[in-house]
Amino acid sequence: MFFSWPFFFEVLIGGLLAGVMYSLVALGFVLIFKASGVFNFAQGGMVLFAALTLVGLIELGVPAALAILLAMAAMVVLAYVVEKAVLRPLVNQPPIILFMATIGITFFIDGFGQTLWGSDVHTLDLGIPNTPLFFGDILVNSFDLVAAAVAGILVTVLAIFFQKTRIGRALRAVADDHQAAMSVGIPLRVIWVIVWSVAGLVALVAGIMWGSKLGVQFSLALIALKALPVLILGGFTSIPGAIIGGLMIGAGEKLAEVFIGPFLAGAIEDWFAYMLAMVVLLFRPQGLFGEKIIERV
Amino acid sequence: MNLKKMLLSAVAAAVVATPLLAMPAAAQNEQFMPLLVYRTGPYAPSGIPLANGFVDYFELLNARDGGINGVKITWEECETNYNNDRGVECYERLKKQGPTGATAFNPYATGITYALIERATADKIPVFSMGYGRADATIGSVFPYVFTAPATYWAGADAIVQHIQKQEKGSLKGKKIALVYHDSAYGKEPIATLEALAKQEGYQLNLFPVAHPGLEQKATWLQIGRQLRPDWVIMWGWGVMNSTAIKEASAVGFPMNKFVGIWWSGSEADVRPAGAAAKGYMSASFTGVGAGAKVHSDIRDMVFAKGKGMGKDTFGEALYNRGIVNAAIMIEAVRTAQGKFGNKPLTGEQVQWGFENLNLTQEVIDKLGLTGLMSPIKLSCNDHEGGGSIVIQQWDGKQWNFISDFIKPRREMLTKMYEASAMQYAKEKGITPRDCSKM
Repeated sequence: MFFSWPFFFEVLIGGLLAGVMYSLVALGFVLIFKASGVFNFAQGGMVLFAALTLVGLIELGVPAALAILLAMAAMVVLAYVVEKAVLRPLVNQPPIILFMATIGITFFIDGFGQTLWGSDVHTLDLGIPNTPLFFGDILVNSFDLVAAAVAGILVTVLAIFFQKTRIGRALRAVADDHQAAMSVGIPLRVIWVIVWSVAGLVALVAGIMWGSKLGVQFSLALIALKALPVLILGGFTSIPGAIIGGLMIGAGEKLAEVFIGPFLAGAIEDWFAYMLAMVVLLFRPQGLFGEKIIERV
Repeated sequence: MNLKKMLLSAVAAAVVATPLLAMPAAAQNEQFMPLLVYRTGPYAPSGIPLANGFVDYFELLNARDGGINGVKITWEECETNYNNDRGVECYERLKKQGPTGATAFNPYATGITYALIERATADKIPVFSMGYGRADATIGSVFPYVFTAPATYWAGADAIVQHIQKQEKGSLKGKKIALVYHDSAYGKEPIATLEALAKQEGYQLNLFPVAHPGLEQKATWLQIGRQLRPDWVIMWGWGVMNSTAIKEASAVGFPMNKFVGIWWSGSEADVRPAGAAAKGYMSASFTGVGAGAKVHSDIRDMVFAKGKGMGKDTFGEALYNRGIVNAAIMIEAVRTAQGKFGNKPLTGEQVQWGFENLNLTQEVIDKLGLTGLMSPIKLSCNDHEGGGSIVIQQWDGKQWNFISDFIKPRREMLTKMYEASAMQYAKEKGITPRDCSKM
């Protein structure tokens, strides 16, 4: 195998663009953790459920645009049910209990989605091109560029939502301090429904992009595994952290696979991502962009 | 009597009555087939058509022929989720069911096959790993209860190399072949064969492992498509790894007509998610394509028309047909054994004899309505593979089409490899091989 700078940059750019796809999944985790302190283990399941609902509706003959709206509605309903059936009875329970509850939600969503829409592979073709493009000697895939654009739009919309809207400000208030937010009249339960809904919509976007790439199938639920090192590295509470963490993990694992992998018998990219995140954890336990936790005794 | 007492009485009555109700069923003239399936989880898209093929063929035989020479076929599915420990649990749960216990097990996972070999051998129940599992289990003197017909992974690797060689006008000297494989025991199975063939044929073999589940392969395909630029790529993938590989290969511009997968990388579930990118992609197979065989019309007329069967949605798909062929081989092993032991429910030990004496000629295959779905096989005490042939199929965007004749793997070389590996296994496990010349 030879080394050349154009190939190095090709791998680097490919890695950065792959990282954007991880960020799409990581964003959903961040939103819920930020607003409620709950690590939502079910985010991968939500991506699968959203994509299955969308493709299921399209296969029933619903036009794609309407199917997207209906899938969004389904994610809002799911958020409402989760809040009412799981989170509300567990208010004031330790975070580990809520985390365990989200594991239960994962199994329910995985099973319910497959019962409803079947376990087959569904093709999701929204016309996103998947052709190689050349910029000089450097190859870039058109699908990855579309995914990067979608992620960019999503982050912009989320930033505007959080910074410029009343609900967004209420979400930030809840994220900063639950009790202080409640004392000024912000309804915590409504906020939880909203934040789970927003995470559901982010899951739908991730489901569309990953579903277009892999087909809509159970394995989509496993992409949460790709988001975990991104969260560890970027921080569980930072939206920019999810994006930059994704880029770093994507680029790091691809460069490692191509240039270090051959010396270690290959297939190192998965564990390399976790190792990279662990190294960051040693120096910044809250992640690169996470909020520093200071507790006084 | 209050409600609580009534409920307790009803439960107690049910507990007492259940074995009594079950007794007449157990006493019936039935041959029990355990089915280890995965209809849920990440591999369900492959597991569903396979399981459907089995069930529909059993339904057909009961409806059309009244079972196997009058012995009704019964079956029970156990969900393994493609998980080794669940597979062992299912084995333990099902092995004693039916009047004579389980006929044979089809684990449908290389890992589960490995886990069952010693157990099933001790229990004298055949393990039929059709196109997966241990290739060296072909040697019946060492593995009396394991069957690998009609082809092993090693045979698959050889057939793919033969096909490539033919496309390259007979010579592979100086050619570069990349193997993209699932980084597991399954994915590593062909490496030794491909390395041996590389020495023999003079091609350069490059290995590219992909970590499970294979959702992300960009780095692998940049190396292959942009750095190595091989003449051919062979894939040993499974599940989502397959469609992802096809998409990534297309994304780096690697031509599909130079890309061949093994039979577990050659189902509709592997190519459909990749969409138009998969057009031209090839795979090896040992079972036929489409729904045009007589067995299909029989299933349509005698199973689906009566509101029975499970495979309407997967009818004629590659893995559905493989399920049918697998079920048919198992049934014919029972039928062969009935020739010796009588037309009655048989034990696993008796069915093992049936497998070792199975001779499915083209005439028998035609009679079974399986024309075009499989090639002839003839098993023996020492040869549990049976000399099956392999075909190369190509995806045209809508369906698989055969693009080669049935290829005979070079079994002279392969048998030497099987024997060396099996004898090593026998040595490690302290097994004294059977003397097949006395059988």
